[in-house]
Amino acid sequence: MEWRDQGILLSSRRHGESAAIIEVFTPSMGRFAGVVHGGASRRLAPILQPGAQLDVAWRARLADHLGTYKVELLRSRAVVSLSDRMALAGLNTVTALLMFCLPEREVHGALYARTEALLDLLGQNEVWPLAYLKWELALLEETGFGLDLTACAATGGNDQLAYVSPRSGRAVSLSGAGEWADRLLPLPPCLLGQGMAPDVEILQGFETTGFFLRERLAVQLGNKPLPAARQRFVDLFAAQMD
Amino acid sequence: MNSTRDIDALIDLMAKLPGLGPRSARRAVLHLIRKRALLLTPLADLMQSVAVTARECLNCGNIGTSDVCDICASHKRGNGLICVVEDVADLWAMERAGVFKGRYHVLGGTLSALDAIGPEDLRIPKLVDRVASEDITEVILALNATVDGQTTAHYIADQLDGRTLLTTLAQGVPIGGELDYLDDGTITAALNARKSI
Repeated sequence: MEWRDQGILLSSRRHGESAAIIEVFTPSMGRFAGVVHGGASRRLAPILQPGAQLDVAWRARLADHLGTYKVELLRSRAVVSLSDRMALAGLNTVTALLMFCLPEREVHGALYARTEALLDLLGQNEVWPLAYLKWELALLEETGFGLDLTACAATGGNDQLAYVSPRSGRAVSLSGAGEWADRLLPLPPCLLGQGMAPDVEILQGFETTGFFLRERLAVQLGNKPLPAARQRFVDLFAAQMD
Repeated sequence: MNSTRDIDALIDLMAKLPGLGPRSARRAVLHLIRKRALLLTPLADLMQSVAVTARECLNCGNIGTSDVCDICASHKRGNGLICVVEDVADLWAMERAGVFKGRYHVLGGTLSALDAIGPEDLRIPKLVDRVASEDITEVILALNATVDGQTTAHYIADQLDGRTLLTTLAQGVPIGGELDYLDDGTITAALNARKSI
């Protein structure tokens, strides 16, 4: 069996003395692992950096096998990410969350398209955090924990939506929240696609998406802790606001 | 009884060494046996000795035969500079160059979300202690130009922020390198770090 596609390199780990096992996120095959012979060599190791856009050809005798990759670099994102602290933290959280959330060999074409667009924005720090926040919403949606922010869960209206219910993931309006407001998660306008999305709102958005990633998605995946890379990114973003 | 049992076992063990496979291990063992007095006996004696005495330096993590390695014990090396490296092999590479005259700090790895290696698994707290206690004027972060290496460098920079001068190694064209064969990333880094001549 064999296939060929483009994809985003999520991880590379050494296998034996000269090979590497890589995981690539592709539009048509999902997260897919394989061996790259010579992947730890001086020629290939610089190419196999997380975030790299690769042209990959996978081949194995049976579909269940780990298989081997032949890879060709289309574009590296290492230059941007290694020279920019925020971009590096962003790249780390995206690849770590994809590794954490996505099952192997399950196609997520829409999420792939969003991920590629997001990674192509790396280094544009004025827009990247908001794009990343929207990407986290898409990740929750894709994994079955999407938020319903169209109308208030209590009143059915869509005016003054200000909170998210941690229980249902639905929006709640100011009037609908009532005395429960302090138990609800913030719903900043930027999550609704409104306003100028100042940093403080984006941080509130991270609080909300982080809750669902941690308390819903991670619990579903065996109650494993979220990758530390996400918290490091959020901490760095918060520190840069000060 | 198999009369070559010990030799086979030696070949099996040698084959586990980096760079050796069963065939090359067999050649190496055969060579050792033929050079018994010159190689095999001294090698066996030294390996026995090193197996007992080799240990990590309590200060920097270098490998030596005493609790504090020669570099940390040398007063000449106490010039206020610490070079932070990922692994002992990196320290040895720096020493081969013979340019750096300060002391080292071996982290023992890099932060890695994939392998669940966090700051507490590395020797970062010890580095922070050393900067505070050894009158350090500059910390050189000589970590690999990889995503994990630079993530670790930024984390250490955050931990040491304001305590001392922090620098990293330059990135660019290697000695003897030809532009035509360099990857895009290296060329971009080199161009960004260009200098006047």
